[in-house]
Amino acid sequence: MAAESLGWWGVPLGILAGTLRGSAPFLFVSLGECITEKSGKINLGLEGTLLMGAMSAYGVSYLTQDVVGAFWAPWLGVLAAGIAGMLLGAIHGWLSQQPRVNDVATGIAMIILGSGLAFFLGKPFIQPQAPQLFTFDWGSWSSTPQLQAALKVSPLFLLGVAIAPLLQWFFRATRWGLYVRAVGDSPQAALAMGISIFKVRMASIMAGSFLAGIGGACLSLYYPGVWTERISSGQGLMAVALVIFARWNPIQCLWASMLFGGAQAIGPAFQSVGVDSYYYLFNAAPYILTLVIMIVTCSPQQTLAGSPGALGKEDV
Amino acid sequence: MVNAVARRSQWQRPLEAVFLPVAALLVALLIFGLFCALAGADPIAVYGSIYKAAFGRWSAWQNTLIRASPLMLTALCTALPARLGLVIIGNEGALVMGGLAATTVGLGLGTAVSPMVVKLAMMLAGMAAGGLWIMLAGALRHYRGVNETISSLLLNYIAIALLNHLVEGPMRDASFVTKPSSAQLDPAILLGTIPGTRVHVGLIYGLIVCLLAYILIQRTTFGFAARTAGGNIRAARIAGLPVGKLTLAVCFLGGSAAGLAGMVEVAAVQKRINESLVSNYGYAGILVAFVSRHNPLATVLVAILLGGILASGGILQRAHDLPDATVLVFQGIVFLCVLFSDSFYGKLPWFQEQVEV
Amino acid sequence: MANRRPLYFSRRQIMRGLLATTAFGAATKLSACAPAADETTDVAAEGTAAADSETIVGFIYVGPKDDFGYNQAHAEGALAMAAVPGIKIIEEASVPETSAVLETMRSMIEIDGATVLFPTSFGYFDPYMLELAAEFPEVQFFHAGGLYQDGVHTKNVGSYIGYNEEAQYVAGVIAGHMSKSGKLGFVAAKPIPQVLRNINGFTLGAKSINPAITTQVIFTGDWALPVKEAEATNSMVDQGIDVITCHVDSPKVVMETAEKRGIFSVGYHANQGPLAPTGYLTGAEWDWSSIYTSLGEQFVAGKTLMAGDIPNLLRGGLADNFCKLSPYGAAVTAEAAADADAAKEQLIKGELVIYEGELSDNQGKAILSAGEKYEQQAIELESMDWLVDGVKGSIDG
Repeated sequence: MAAESLGWWGVPLGILAGTLRGSAPFLFVSLGECITEKSGKINLGLEGTLLMGAMSAYGVSYLTQDVVGAFWAPWLGVLAAGIAGMLLGAIHGWLSQQPRVNDVATGIAMIILGSGLAFFLGKPFIQPQAPQLFTFDWGSWSSTPQLQAALKVSPLFLLGVAIAPLLQWFFRATRWGLYVRAVGDSPQAALAMGISIFKVRMASIMAGSFLAGIGGACLSLYYPGVWTERISSGQGLMAVALVIFARWNPIQCLWASMLFGGAQAIGPAFQSVGVDSYYYLFNAAPYILTLVIMIVTCSPQQTLAGSPGALGKEDV
Repeated sequence: MVNAVARRSQWQRPLEAVFLPVAALLVALLIFGLFCALAGADPIAVYGSIYKAAFGRWSAWQNTLIRASPLMLTALCTALPARLGLVIIGNEGALVMGGLAATTVGLGLGTAVSPMVVKLAMMLAGMAAGGLWIMLAGALRHYRGVNETISSLLLNYIAIALLNHLVEGPMRDASFVTKPSSAQLDPAILLGTIPGTRVHVGLIYGLIVCLLAYILIQRTTFGFAARTAGGNIRAARIAGLPVGKLTLAVCFLGGSAAGLAGMVEVAAVQKRINESLVSNYGYAGILVAFVSRHNPLATVLVAILLGGILASGGILQRAHDLPDATVLVFQGIVFLCVLFSDSFYGKLPWFQEQVEV
Repeated sequence: MANRRPLYFSRRQIMRGLLATTAFGAATKLSACAPAADETTDVAAEGTAAADSETIVGFIYVGPKDDFGYNQAHAEGALAMAAVPGIKIIEEASVPETSAVLETMRSMIEIDGATVLFPTSFGYFDPYMLELAAEFPEVQFFHAGGLYQDGVHTKNVGSYIGYNEEAQYVAGVIAGHMSKSGKLGFVAAKPIPQVLRNINGFTLGAKSINPAITTQVIFTGDWALPVKEAEATNSMVDQGIDVITCHVDSPKVVMETAEKRGIFSVGYHANQGPLAPTGYLTGAEWDWSSIYTSLGEQFVAGKTLMAGDIPNLLRGGLADNFCKLSPYGAAVTAEAAADADAAKEQLIKGELVIYEGELSDNQGKAILSAGEKYEQQAIELESMDWLVDGVKGSIDG
């Protein structure tokens, strides 16, 4: 169905649509990394986890569509993605907590292993089409097809939006949240409280990777809705930046993810209305934006407010 | 008896430093062999192929060394700042900026002055550009408290975007149709190969720079100051060490190594600049730095190891019908095992002090 | 030492052992290095042994073989060549367009004994393939892209190219009929001549039906960027575009996104009809199987580029079966199909020339004046750097 051209309105609409579509992977990965970093460990390997999650979700959705039908197959895929993420997280969690092992290095090695496994196992799934997750049609009130398409919201996005305040509450008000924060801020105090640092961090890293796997599922079962080896545009790595940018606050992770998701759509949106010079620089917009915001808002005294005390330090 | 104990501890540590990674490699090969067997390939044949492609003959060795040379330089971009306690992952960006600067100088000077001078100018330009780029991350960290890991990561993306923009626009050579690219550098100012081999002289640069880096960090006052500050920044400040200057200097040096790698890539391999400059040397360099525990001498060995693994990637596909992702799995297993072996330092009974009666 | 364990090696012994092993290894290495003559005879022996039994042909792809796109098209052709008796193919996928391909090609020649190489990605040609062609004059190198120039490149280099823009022209004819808004969209990777020719061919085909039609082009910047391709498709649909095509390595994302948004799509490289059952009109596909099979038979018969048996520049369009059109989709009207078939016939017979005057680019500059034309094989087309009038977009980043 041909639609009337939107002209320059296409740009903000494109950015809105990009926000709704593209922020979901950032959201899940950053919330997951938030949990991990609150416990005092960095997991850079989420890029590999993201790919593994995307592949597992797509593969399981494709393989089970005849058994459970096209509606439930993608949800099984989402579950599979989370579990695959958890397994990778277990490796990272165990290894990075060994003495003298640096978590940045482990993370990078995990990116390589995770993406290698994902590509290796995912070869049979590049061609076929797997059933996708359903979407809520929040734009059905509109007669503009573009608006309708832009407002096709995925349940995963809503799930992510719901998890953010939930996580906030978890850290502030629950006992387990306290354990995580204790282990992250002051491992000595945690030991004194009788908490097993190893177990809490392991659980945090695995939980974080579970969410990151689901972030991958957003890519392959929602938008762009395919499995190929180039499906990630660095969301996993950027999510680590996001978490620090958001000061380890889950609600701010939500806003930051939406910012990044929208920024991804700036380049193509401008090109489609004819602004086509400097498109590489437009495509670099999210990164320039983040850097500028960080420069403006950080200061040597204030920057690490909120930073878990044990982050980046050798293990106790 | 006192002499015997002293002697034992002297070569205990270097021996451990060799034994553990080698043992880790063997374990990794075992695990990978298992993986290949599950994937339907014959593990023993795979081992043979890997050896053949990486170290089996002189031609394979050259393949390995060619892949290892950029890694030696880019690894320093992470290894040097790490001594100061900074985690920089901006190697890719520094390499790109170095390549851009070197190409600009090379194209600008052309043959106007003697080739030696032009090459030197290109080297200095590359090093300066890479150094300044990482120094920016260091400055942001010192003066604005911006996390240097994040800022250097972002600078990577920005550098690559800048490269693509320039190469498709202002710097584009319209006569080269293969891909948007700059004009070719004059053949007189290209870096040559080591005589008798096809390995370019970048390898020599890598070896020299790693050696210099080692001397700098381990044997000079500057290096001592940097390591002290890396151990405890507050104590260093109290002691009066100029932490800010150290940060900027170390970041500049690390970035200039990566910038030199960029210049070598352009002047020895690509002969022009385009998006092929971005071939993951930066990210691989980060891994090399960490695995070698930021020791520039060990960096050389680890770089050769990684070069060998990468060199064997092709034969796994062709001779054993394994998909291209297999070499990634191999890399991952090797590095995880080597990283894990670090935790055994001082734990194995063989290497522990035994009091002799 | 009362606490000696049964198999106790003192550290001194371990050290000696390690040194000895290293020394042994070094000795073997050095003694193996010295006689370089041995190595060349080794390679030659491998080579001749192989030639006696089979011709080994190496294929190199820039991405995965099953990408529903460019690489898959070549891989399918390679399989067809492998079916020729006397041919053995070896393949390596996901080799980036960097110096890594140099080592891949070298390994194929030296370790596997390949005597013919097909580095299939456009970016492998200069300088990588040319360097190796100069170093191994007895090995044949075939490149997909019409870049061979007599006298400039060595004799063992061959170029083959399918003029897929002819297929895109015919697809454009259909698009011109089917588009109600008069706006077409093109998701392109990079502004290199091959891509620009497709954009222009598509647009000119559509303009032959509707002279006022426009094509919006968006460059994503790289051959495989699924998220950008999806965003580009979506933002073009937002602008009222209702037929979309592309030139990226794997059109899967563009086709599926177009189908989700309910617009028409035209495929590329391979038949993506199954991906977009409602909206797929047709596609400009490669047909490498016939070319590769014929080349394979020539290799087995001992023909080479160097001896002049095989032409260094193999080119063709629809007429020579280098490319073809996907079967027309269900939505294509009878009128559109008739016009498309007619255009196809004319192209095959050589009656229709895509680029003929008057022609100006989208900046207003005149390219061809009335009466002039660029035939299919005109050299000027190989370095095309303009977009025809009616295309909205620019090639500068």
